[in-house]
Amino acid sequence: MMTAERTKWMSAENNALIRLKNIRIKRGNRLILDDINLSVCRNEIVTLIGPNGAGKSTLVKIALGLTRPDQGSVEKQKQLGIGYVPQSVDLNEGLPVTVQRFLEISATKDPHNLIESLARVGAEKLLSKSLSDISGGEMRRVLLARALLARPDLLILDEPASGIDVSGQTALYALIQWIRDQYQCGVLLVSHDLHIVMAATDKVICLNRHLCCSGTPEDVQHHPEFVALFGRRDAGALGIYRHHHDHEHDLHGNVRGACNQDSGNHQHTKDPGHG
Amino acid sequence: MDDFLLRALLGGIGVAIICGPLGCLVVWQRMAYFGAALSHAALLGIALGIYFQVNLYLSILVICLLVSGLLMIMNRRKELSPDTALGILAHASLATGILIFSLMPSLRMDLMGYLFGDILSISWQDIAWIYAGGGVVMVVLFLIWPKLLSLIIQRDLALADGVNENRIKLIFLVLLSFVVAISMQIVGLLLIVSLLIIPAATARRFARSPEQMAVYAMLAGAIPVVFGLAVSVFWDAPAGPSIVAGASIIFALVSALGGDFKLKNTATN
Repeated sequence: MMTAERTKWMSAENNALIRLKNIRIKRGNRLILDDINLSVCRNEIVTLIGPNGAGKSTLVKIALGLTRPDQGSVEKQKQLGIGYVPQSVDLNEGLPVTVQRFLEISATKDPHNLIESLARVGAEKLLSKSLSDISGGEMRRVLLARALLARPDLLILDEPASGIDVSGQTALYALIQWIRDQYQCGVLLVSHDLHIVMAATDKVICLNRHLCCSGTPEDVQHHPEFVALFGRRDAGALGIYRHHHDHEHDLHGNVRGACNQDSGNHQHTKDPGHG
Repeated sequence: MDDFLLRALLGGIGVAIICGPLGCLVVWQRMAYFGAALSHAALLGIALGIYFQVNLYLSILVICLLVSGLLMIMNRRKELSPDTALGILAHASLATGILIFSLMPSLRMDLMGYLFGDILSISWQDIAWIYAGGGVVMVVLFLIWPKLLSLIIQRDLALADGVNENRIKLIFLVLLSFVVAISMQIVGLLLIVSLLIIPAATARRFARSPEQMAVYAMLAGAIPVVFGLAVSVFWDAPAGPSIVAGASIIFALVSALGGDFKLKNTATN
């Protein structure tokens, strides 16, 4: 069993679900993305971080095939099912839509399937609620449920944690990790929040129009370019989502790196200021 | 020859039924002013249609599509805001339309009819256009409905799902242009948009789903048609404005009565 799993993992390493090569795109005279390489394998969680305006959303759109790069290529596995979770829904209150209807429009009509998918993300109670009546965190879960309906090989989440408080983020990240384990899918996660990166992240890619650095969360937070970009104090907090023990988190796996945060901060008493 | 009332009733209700779902789509996409621009363009379409002696429905359709295409091109220029581009196109086509009308002195009187509508002079041929064309509109709308809805709710999601936005939007524009063409005869160019958005706004109050809203909007449009025709017959008032006034009164009543209406629904737009 162990070896079977291992070979599967190894072959996935060689065979990325999606591979972006030498992506370059300009808007007018401004270079938005310069020579970006990125790949996501099955079972891998890749976190894309970078400051506002770093080109993260553009890169996601290129990965989704919504934007065409000026140079470079996007290779996807054949029949790759992508589940996309956008930042939000542009709600027009003039349009009455329940969660159920929203899911039906975009995916399946099978009501059993809908409820099951909502239950997976802990949102089954929202089924008959109006889209305009649910909170940002609930909307994120509904969007996740929608993405899961298509049984994706690759899950792409654009700023899933924005607008959600820290405990909500922790729960959401645990959920994403659980989904990865359940569906054996690859995950590409975008975040502008440098302080909280999923603990389960396999690879962090720091983007600032060019590829600033990449590696494990631990590698990246000590990378000189990363430190230069975000300042030592901010950089030191990377790699860990804060893990409060005053509430339940039954879905969690390991919380490795939870102690790295402190060691990261203690080493650097001279703080060069925030980037 | 008393069947002019029957024709007016049939034509008016037919148009109201088609305007229901399309009006909802206009409201959902915040395209009310785009609808107004199309109706201005329609006058140019009529003027050219008469001048070149082609079918008016077709000439309106062509001009509306041309103006929409021009708008898309203008919207690519960032320094020109979309509403400015819309305003320029709407009024340029309105002015040109009126100028062409003035070149044909024998038609001066007809101009009023086009601006304010003349539902009582509707012909059986017009009714055939409304119902045959309307039937086609409904079928096409039914086919693109889910894709259009998903584009409206979350554009990027729809695009990621492979919805062809340009094609869907183009089809929608053709449908909308056709509706402008057939509504013109009922309420006139100046009031077309009201026939689209007022019933939809009334329907929003009761609707729990997009489809419900579309059906309620048909009702909320058909009732004032009957009301407006009655007022027009008994008090010799112009029919078009009577219909729109009726629709507005229904909207006002519905907004004032009943309690479960959420404040935030009126607050946005």
